[in-house]
Amino acid sequence: MSDSAAGGGRPRIFLVEDHTVFRAGVRAELGDAVEVIGEADEVAAAIELINERLPDVVLLDVHLPGGGGQAVLRGVLPHHPEVQFLALSVSDAPEDVIAVIRAGARGYITKTISGGELLQAVYRVAAGDAVFSPRLAGFVLDAFSQMSMTGTLSTGLDTELDQLSPREREVLRLIARGYTYKEVARDLTIATKTVESHVSSVLRKLQLSTRHELTRWATDRRLV
Amino acid sequence: MRRSSDARVLAGICGGLSQATGIDVTILRIGFVLVGLASGVPVLVYALAWLVVPVDDETTNIFSRAINDRRGIRLVIAVIPVVVVTQIVVSALHIGFVGIISWPVFFAVGLTILIWRNASEAERVWMNDDLVPMLSIGSGGGGRGKLILRVSAGALVGAGGIVVLIIGHPSTAALRPLGGALLVIAAIVIIFGPWWLSLARDLMSEREARALAEERAQMAAHVHDSVLQTLALIQRSADDPQNVVRLARSQERELRAWLFEGRAPGAISEDATMLAEGVGLLQRHVEADHGITVQVVLVGDCDLTDGLRALLDAAREATVNAAKWSGAPQASLYAEVEPHAVMLYVRDRGRGFDPDDVPDDRQGIAQSIKARMARYGGAVVIRSSPGEGTEVELSMPR
Repeated sequence: MSDSAAGGGRPRIFLVEDHTVFRAGVRAELGDAVEVIGEADEVAAAIELINERLPDVVLLDVHLPGGGGQAVLRGVLPHHPEVQFLALSVSDAPEDVIAVIRAGARGYITKTISGGELLQAVYRVAAGDAVFSPRLAGFVLDAFSQMSMTGTLSTGLDTELDQLSPREREVLRLIARGYTYKEVARDLTIATKTVESHVSSVLRKLQLSTRHELTRWATDRRLV
Repeated sequence: MRRSSDARVLAGICGGLSQATGIDVTILRIGFVLVGLASGVPVLVYALAWLVVPVDDETTNIFSRAINDRRGIRLVIAVIPVVVVTQIVVSALHIGFVGIISWPVFFAVGLTILIWRNASEAERVWMNDDLVPMLSIGSGGGGRGKLILRVSAGALVGAGGIVVLIIGHPSTAALRPLGGALLVIAAIVIIFGPWWLSLARDLMSEREARALAEERAQMAAHVHDSVLQTLALIQRSADDPQNVVRLARSQERELRAWLFEGRAPGAISEDATMLAEGVGLLQRHVEADHGITVQVVLVGDCDLTDGLRALLDAAREATVNAAKWSGAPQASLYAEVEPHAVMLYVRDRGRGFDPDDVPDDRQGIAQSIKARMARYGGAVVIRSSPGEGTEVELSMPR
């Protein structure tokens, strides 16, 4: 997979984003630390270029003309599962975020993120780890706590995929409070690597859980 | 050694001992109870330690406050006539063991009065919420179980008294000293009665004074949150006349609403009925007035109670503090609704401070956050160190 990043080289980045100003901003913020190998501002072009150039990480805007970020994920991942996606958005609407994660993105961050944090997130995704913004961590905690409430009532059984372990819950809670992975590790006296593996495991549950509650939760939230 | 405020059943002395010595707290507790049942000495030691050892987050002990509490000492002295009466009646009736226990009971009552009156605000709230319901089988309410317990306890004591009277004395002989005892009691009531009455009146007026002081504190917190904050903002934007006018006008509106319509200023939480709504209002107000981005993450939602409104007001104050002092462009606010409480964290990555260095008269933390939370039984933890940013943790029972 992301050999160049893992081997210490600069990760090769592809930007999918329909705001030119924002694209330029991201380029400037990431600077020389990464190699930007392409840009696209709509779904069809993005799919074609990504499949052709095979970047390490795609920075993907959730809201995109022509089907949204999910459409890009569906156009690339079946052919090239080794490409990692990091979703970016301003909106924070839960249904968008959950949908793009379940379509295969390795992480989600808001556009207010600082340059340094963005770079760290890119490296993390390039290395195959998951990246959760505080907002996403909050969504996941909320969704899973509601699932366990309705789940145990309606079916009486919760598979391992449908609930968070106490440790995962603790990690997510600290991330939701605005802690970095390093600070989470220090607070729980565990290794940063362990934090990363907990977050990855949560991401896997988020992507693989078949519970309808997860999607229903996200759409319900739009009404509130 | 300090008394522990986390690991406590009564005063936190075993918890403190365990922290000081490293022995497991449960072992210490069992030991205390066993030796206490056998000899009674640890009970006295425990009570004295309660007076003398300060709680881990305080600097003064209860004793240093109690020696200045003249009214409390007078109250304790007022119990002495009761003991004397008991002694006289007891010696008249020749039932020795009641006499033996009356002095320890007196000391226990006296210590309880002094501890209760001189415990810190936080400890008193704790005793009120956790200890009193546990002890007070007698105070009304409660279920049937409590009633049965109360009646049987009363019956037991009554029966014991009757048995003692009958066994100790043939019926005729008992009547005469009883009459005498009644006379003595009547005399003492006549002598001390007015004094007790005036003490009771003092207590009432003291309670009123305390309520008044509490109201003042709430008002001070409101004024601080609105007027003083706005004045600080105006000073900062002195070179922007338009902004000054805008701030002054909105403050004027708020003050009018407070004085003439009774709506508390700065209390954003009054317009909302749900927690999520209140947090959203808080975010908008602080972002508009103080130029800081508030990143909100909320897990769950619930109806707002008075306590949760206070929580929101305290959270707003914490966020405003982050905007004013931290220098960070963004603060994170995380709130989670748990089954029995709401936890709320306000965090910034700014310059931070040393919580021990904040003078007590700084209204922001003392009144607007800590006292406000304590009034509704909530708790505050502030974590900060220079260069590390600040996190304010608020928790409020639902």
